[in-house]
This record gives sequence, structure tokens and C-alpha cells, in this order.
Amino acid sequence: MPKSLISIHDFTKEEIIHILEIASGFEKNKSQKILEGKIIACIFFEPSTRTRLSFETASNRLGARVIGFSDTDNTSISKGESLKDTIKMVSNYVDMIVMRHPLEGAARYASEIASVPVINAGDGANQHPSQTLLDLYTIQQTQGKLNNLTINMVGDLKYGRTVHSLLQAMSHFSPKFIFTAPEELMMPEEYKDFLDEKKISYTETSSLTEYLDDTDILYMTRVQQERFSDPIEYEKVKNVYRLEAKMLRNVRDNMKILHPLPRINEIATDVDDTPYAYFYKQAENGMYIRMAIIAYLLGYK
Amino acid sequence: MKINEKHLIVSAIKNGTVLDHIPASSIFKVIDILHLTQDNNQITIGSNLDSKSLGKKGIIKIADRFFADEEINKIALVAPQATINIIKNFEVIEKKIISIPENVNGIVKCVNPMCVTNHQDIETRFITISKGSDIQLLCHYCEKVTDSKNLKIISDK
Repeated sequence: MPKSLISIHDFTKEEIIHILEIASGFEKNKSQKILEGKIIACIFFEPSTRTRLSFETASNRLGARVIGFSDTDNTSISKGESLKDTIKMVSNYVDMIVMRHPLEGAARYASEIASVPVINAGDGANQHPSQTLLDLYTIQQTQGKLNNLTINMVGDLKYGRTVHSLLQAMSHFSPKFIFTAPEELMMPEEYKDFLDEKKISYTETSSLTEYLDDTDILYMTRVQQERFSDPIEYEKVKNVYRLEAKMLRNVRDNMKILHPLPRINEIATDVDDTPYAYFYKQAENGMYIRMAIIAYLLGYK
Repeated sequence: MKINEKHLIVSAIKNGTVLDHIPASSIFKVIDILHLTQDNNQITIGSNLDSKSLGKKGIIKIADRFFADEEINKIALVAPQATINIIKNFEVIEKKIISIPENVNGIVKCVNPMCVTNHQDIETRFITISKGSDIQLLCHYCEKVTDSKNLKIISDK
């Protein structure tokens, strides 16, 4: 079975650091045609903007060609083709598969039946490892290190897959965590148990401003309306977790604000022009990280 | 006299396997896990028998059938305290204690409705994690935990 990237646990700490180094090389030199003659399938069973475009751009910048689909409407899947048959067929055509699927575990299954490496570009609410790696890359880029940082995660910590994967990946680097979330969306026990086991300290709060000035990385996430059974509760929470420029007066100089995007209203646009906003650059970094993952799994770096 | 009473309730077998100390609520799950509905051997099933340790227990006697350890260990999920008696010529020649298997494949349904195994024709796979006395199953695919409260056995039907 060729090496795939399905879950952030699939990479060791050393591999993670290696990927970040390769990505930094690609950031310095954006077009390296090392995959000339290769074909990469980007098969997206549900819509995505950033992830699909950045994987496709990454493939093109490496000199590979891209085939695929961005929704299932015009494919045999709409006729009822099984995931197994789709993957078996595509893996006979190409050198690598990048896939997003609404069902959790779909990418793991695909990696077991495909004859080529599979990159999970999101399987429902489960894993999205390239997002985690680009978050790590961005954290390192802004702080000059990964070790001993205070990461303040804000928003939907209950269902947000990006915060769960980032928490697990950061656990290699002796972090301190602050979890800022409304009562309904607190970090689940299983992740707090995981941190207890690793002897990593964390603090919980429902106030966005409480630890804002003690934070190195402010990792904002979107609070989704569909998570609330009571629409009034959502309206209350929505405004409490809105970051505005005036709240940033006393933050640390090195503090940077990350967000996996899309943002709705949780970061006011006046924050964009402060030196702390870093989410656009974070999205750009996604391309270098995806180049690094592709090149690594195909054995070129 | 007590022994005789028991014999009247569930008759002895000459050769085969006796699964005892199954919680009464798990007896039909054990039948499913061991595929006994498809077994042609003589099978005697007793349920809701009085038990000192379990309150109500179940017992299954399967004539002329002997199980491999890995097969019998699967019932640890629903009857961790079950005892396995191997009978030859009406005598118990061996008592086995079941142990919890490290991997559980194709027996249990994943609790996560969005798990790929609940939508496509894929055999379920779990890694067993014990939390105290509770057995939890970590899905190999969706990475979610199915605990004993939510354990659903995939039946043959």
C-alpha cells in the first residue's frame, strides 16, 4: 500500500517538521516542475473553494497535470456508483488521488483500495490534515518556532475539526492552550483527557477578551448557526465572539490571528488592517504545504 | 439437589461447548456474534436463569462444536464475564476465560451516522480501547468511539 495522508496521526513529528521544511523551499521558489508527466486526480464529492483550488494550483506549480471533478452531479456517482468502484477506476488512471468526501472515513477506505497515494482533503467532520499542516507552517512562520507557544482557540471547539487536529499536532511541541468557547461549544472531554495524558496545560473561558493579551496565536473559528437548537442562543453567542480592532490594544507584539476561513462575522473587517491579521497569508501558505505533501508522498522530496 | 434442578432447566450435552454467565440482556447478541442462527448443531439456550453474580443470566450449550479462541473472544464485547466450558463425554475438560480482542472486525455497527461504513458496503473495523471496566471501540475509518451503551451487533439477517 503506498503511503497516504489521511489523518494527522499518519505523520510522525519528524515527518511533520520535514514537510514544513519542504514547504518553506517551495515558498522561496514557487514553480519547481519536478512532477512533469505526472497526473493527479482531484476528486471532490462535495464543494470546496480554497482546498480544491490550492491543491490544483499546487499540482500545476509542480508541473503535474490535474483531472477530476468538483461535484458529483455530472459523474456516475449520481447514478449510484459505489465509492469503491470510483476509487478503483480513478487509481488506475493517475499517479495520486486528492479527495474530499462528506462521509467520515471515506478517505481512509479509499487509501486501502487505491493503488496510488491518497491525500484526504476533508472527510466530513473528521480529518483535514493539509489544513493542520498549513496551520503549523503558519504558526512557525509567524513565531519563528513551534515550541512553548500559547495557543488560544476561539469559537466552535466542540465540532470544529480544525481545532481538534491542530490540538493533536501541536501536542508534539509543548504548547499551552486557552479554549475560548460558549458553554454549548466547549472542547470535548476526550481531547482534554488527551492533553491531561500528555501533561499539557489548558485553561477554559467563555470570554473572548479574558486571555487575549496572554496569547501568541489566536486561532479563530466560525460559530455555525446550525449547531444551535435555539436561534436566540445563536444570536447572543454570535456577537460575543466577534473580534474587533479595538480589542487588540494590549495584545502581545508577536500575536497573530489565524482563521481557517471562510469567516462570516467573527472577525470584523477593521482587524484586517492590523499587524495581527494573518489569515490571508495563512491561506496562501496552504499552497506551499500542499506542494510539499504531494512531492513528499510521491517520493520527490 | 441443586445440580439436578439445573439439569432439569438446561439439559447437559455429551460433547461441545457451554457458554455460561452471559448477562441475560446479552444472550441474543451472543447468538448473533457467533452466527448460531446458521448453526445446524443441537443448541440449547436458557435465558433469565437465576444467578448469584449476575441476577439473571443466560446459558448457551452447543453440542459437538468447539470454537477457536479468536472467535469466542468476540463475545467479550457483550459478555466480558462469560465462562467457556469445553465438554467431552459429559465432563468439563477445560475452562476458558475470554479476553478482550485488540481488533473487532465486522461484528459491531459504528455509532456515527456519518461514518462511511454506514453508507457503503464496507466491513466495520475497530480498535479496542478499555476505559476502566468499560470497553470502547475506536472506528478505524471515522475515528469516532462507539461505547458499550451504543453497541449494536450487525446481525446475520
